This record gives sequence, C-alpha cells and structure tokens, in this order.
Amino acid sequence: MTLAAASHGFLTPSGVEIAFLLVGLVTLGAAVVTVTTKQLVHAALWLVVALGGIAVEYLLLTAEFIAWVQVLIYVGSVVVLLLFGLMLTKAPIGRSPDADSGNRWAALLVALASAAVLVWVVVDAFRASWIDLDGAAQGSTEVSGRSLFQHWVLPFEALSVLLLAALVGAIVLSRRGGEDTPDGRAVPGNGHAAAPGAAASTGPDSARREGQR
Amino acid sequence: MSDTLAIVLRVLAVFVVFLVFPLVIGQTEHKVMAHMQGRLGPMYAGGFHGWAQLVADGVKFAQKEDIVPAGADRKIFQLAPAIALLPYLLVLIAIPVGPGNAVGQALDAGVFFVLAVMGVGVLGSLMAGWASANKFSLLGGLRTAAQLLAYELPMLLAAASVAMAAGTLSLPGILDAFHWWWVPWQIVGGLVFFTAGLAELQRPPFDMPVADSEIIFGAYTEYTGLRFALFLLAEYAGIVVLCALTAVLFLGGWHGPFGADGLGWLWMLLKTVVLAFVVIWLRVSYPRLREDQLQKLAWTCLIPLALAQIALTGVIKVVIS
Repeated sequence: MTLAAASHGFLTPSGVEIAFLLVGLVTLGAAVVTVTTKQLVHAALWLVVALGGIAVEYLLLTAEFIAWVQVLIYVGSVVVLLLFGLMLTKAPIGRSPDADSGNRWAALLVALASAAVLVWVVVDAFRASWIDLDGAAQGSTEVSGRSLFQHWVLPFEALSVLLLAALVGAIVLSRRGGEDTPDGRAVPGNGHAAAPGAAASTGPDSARREGQR
Repeated sequence: MSDTLAIVLRVLAVFVVFLVFPLVIGQTEHKVMAHMQGRLGPMYAGGFHGWAQLVADGVKFAQKEDIVPAGADRKIFQLAPAIALLPYLLVLIAIPVGPGNAVGQALDAGVFFVLAVMGVGVLGSLMAGWASANKFSLLGGLRTAAQLLAYELPMLLAAASVAMAAGTLSLPGILDAFHWWWVPWQIVGGLVFFTAGLAELQRPPFDMPVADSEIIFGAYTEYTGLRFALFLLAEYAGIVVLCALTAVLFLGGWHGPFGADGLGWLWMLLKTVVLAFVVIWLRVSYPRLREDQLQKLAWTCLIPLALAQIALTGVIKVVIS
C-alpha cells in the first residue's frame, strides 16, 4: 500500500474500481433482500449471494487467499449449517407472514450502529492509502500468512481461544439434558446431575439445539 | 491476441474434459459393475459392447418432459441442478495435468479454491431437497447437509497436511515439491481425503442421502428429464474431480517412475482412472452405512486420523528441515 492518494482521483475510476463498485451494489442489494424477504429459505440463499459478492470484492482487491477462505467457511459451511437448521423447522415454501419480529426497529438501530462503527474503524485505519492493484499480489497466501503470524499473532491466538471457549460451551450446553434424552438412553460419562424435572423439560429442547448445531 | 487465444483454448480443453470424462466414467461404471455382478451390462447401443449407451440415455433424458411439481418453489427448483454442476467445472480449471504450465489456470491458493468451490456444489442438493416440496426430498437434503458438515473437516485437514509438506497452497507448486516418499508419508491423509471425498459426493457406501430403498432418491426425487441428468452428470463430474485431486495431492500427479517430462499427463490420467475404478469397485462391494454410522465414522475415526497425519507431517517437516 502506498500513500499516493494525491495521484488518484475519484472522478477517473479504473475498470477494477468500477467492477468493485458494481459488485458492492449487488452485495448490498442481496443483503437488504436477505433481511427483508418474507420467504425464510430465500433469505438464506440471498445470503449466499451477499457472501459470495464479498468474496468477489476480496478477489478484486487481490486478496485471493481471503476470498477462497470466505467461500469455504461462509458459503460452504455457515450457509449449509443455516439451511440445515431451517430444514429442521417447518421452512414453508412461500411467504411466512409471521416471520417478522416486533423488534425490527431495534434491530435496524443495532445494525446501523454496528455498521457505523465498522465503517468508522476502516476509514480511520486506512484513510487515504491505496492498494496498487497492478503490481504483485498483496493479498497472496504468503503475504497474508506472514503478516498474520508475525505482526498479528496475539489477536490470532486470542481469537482461537475464544473459538475454543465457544466450542466447549456448545458441547456443555448440548450435553446438559443427556440423562433424559427422548429415547431414554443415558449419555455415557456424563457426571452432571440435573434435577429430574429440569432435565425432562430441557431434554427435547437441547436435543433440538444440538441438531441445529 | 495470442494470450486471448491461449486462454480460450485452455477453457475449451477444460470444457471438453468436463463433458467427456464423466460420460466415460459412467460407461465404465455400467460395464465394471455388470461384470463384477456376473452380468454383461449394456450391449446394444452403438454396436460394440454398448459403448453409446450413455449417449442414448442423454437423448432419452432430453426428450422427457421437464416437470416442476405444483407445490414446488419454481425458481429454486429449476436453478438447483446448475448450482450442483457448475462448481465441478470451475474446479477442473485449477487441476494441473502435466509438468510446466499444463493447467487451466494456476492459482496461488489452489487447494483452498478447489475445496471451497467443491463445497458450494452441495448447495444445489440442499436447494433441490427443500424446493421440491416433498418429504423424501427434504429428508435427503437434511442428510446431505449433515454429511457435508461431518466430512468437510477431515477433507480439509488432510489437504492441509499436504500443503504443509509442500510449503505452498498452489496445486502445481505442490507437485513441483513432490518426492516419491511423500506417498507413504501422506498415505493416511490420502485415505482420509479419498473417503471423505466419497462421502461428500454421496457415493456408496456413503449414499445415505439418496438411499433409494428408504427415501426414493433423496433430494432428486421430483426431478425428471434434463435437470435430473444434470444431477447425475454432477455426480460423475464429482468423481473425476475427486480422483484427479487425490492423484495430485497424494499420489504425485504427473510424476511417475519414468517419462515424467513427456508423458506426465499419461501418468496423471492413469492414476485418475485407477482411482475412479476404485470408486466404482467400492460401490459394488460395500453395503450402505446407516446415518449414525456415517456420522460416527467421520467424527471418531477420520478427524482424529487427519489430525494425527497433520502432527506427523509437522514433526517430519521440522526434522528434515
């Protein structure tokens, strides 16, 4: 990246910049449809378009590695998980009028606030720096790996601890009703003794949550 | 100009491979399965040992009426076969077939590209399963999703082991770094990768999502005509991609005991075909795994094996460097 903002004008965009803007518009549109459509599964599929659009944006910024990871993790796994969860519910074909939540204004507020924070952070971090798209790829695997494991290794490790905590938490939550699973089998090695009534009430619920996970 | 021509030629070559190889494997499956079961298989279409059977099948599929069930989600139902098929075409572009520059398009993060795009294909099955408005289809879609979630991880871990050994994520780069002793070194990872790949393609013995004796044909139950043929084509294209990838990552691709410079592509072809034969062989010889057995195999067997392979790769890599 160079600090050569002076030589770049906003009024003489290059082809890549135009493509970036257009893909950005498509991504934004898909994201808006995702949250406004009344068809549940369509929302998940529009999410695929939005996440794929972000991957294309990464590609246009020469961050090839990040782009493929985006496809692998978000399109390939997160959306599949989401669809899996949706299929466990009724997931009706056609509109579901009761899909709207009463909290939509609060949700909009939170969304706008987090968007503002993110935009502010990005703008503050990069300001007028430009990526030279014509030179050597600056987002290649090697460059990303070096910067991740040399300069940013502490946040990386902190994140991995966070993910581990989430994983352990998920396992604990899904095993809580283990003594009283619907088919009556006890989960072996579960030393946690819940009150029988509580176990009975959380049994099917936690089984469903386990399924969605 | 010559650059443009070269790109067009490459894309065209990949496209021809994409159209021809799945058919060849499909025909081989017909014949190999038949002979393993003491039958003859197709004998009439085209004259010589029924070589044109799949062409005839294609013509038949094209003539059939394209039906969309009344209760189905029309657009998604019709879009699903394309989503299932196209990723495999994209993946083929990145697979190197010979030394030098014999690859559709060399990518810096090739391993990630192929695995990421292959994972997208499953969305087609999920869309088909949901949009058909059919209980069996929905069950098939559910099983597909559960299977993908279980088998994506060991596949990635096994591929990561090879990438660690080679020190690069690019597929041609991995082949350039290859030595013959990588085969025994990475053999466990290779087996995990191949098994997980079979499960991701829903090939027997992992064909629970399309188990015909239980849920008719899973997510594809409601499909007819060309769209159904596209799903079948996706399955066979998937076999080509999986076998070629296993050959590239774990068996040295175009490397061979001799003649690697001129005949590299022949070695690659040979390895791919042998692996495809194994895929067919497994279909004939193994019974279908039950859904819980399937999950258990992935989480308690394949993932620990893949992690052990990564540990082994790391240790040996440190020792020899």
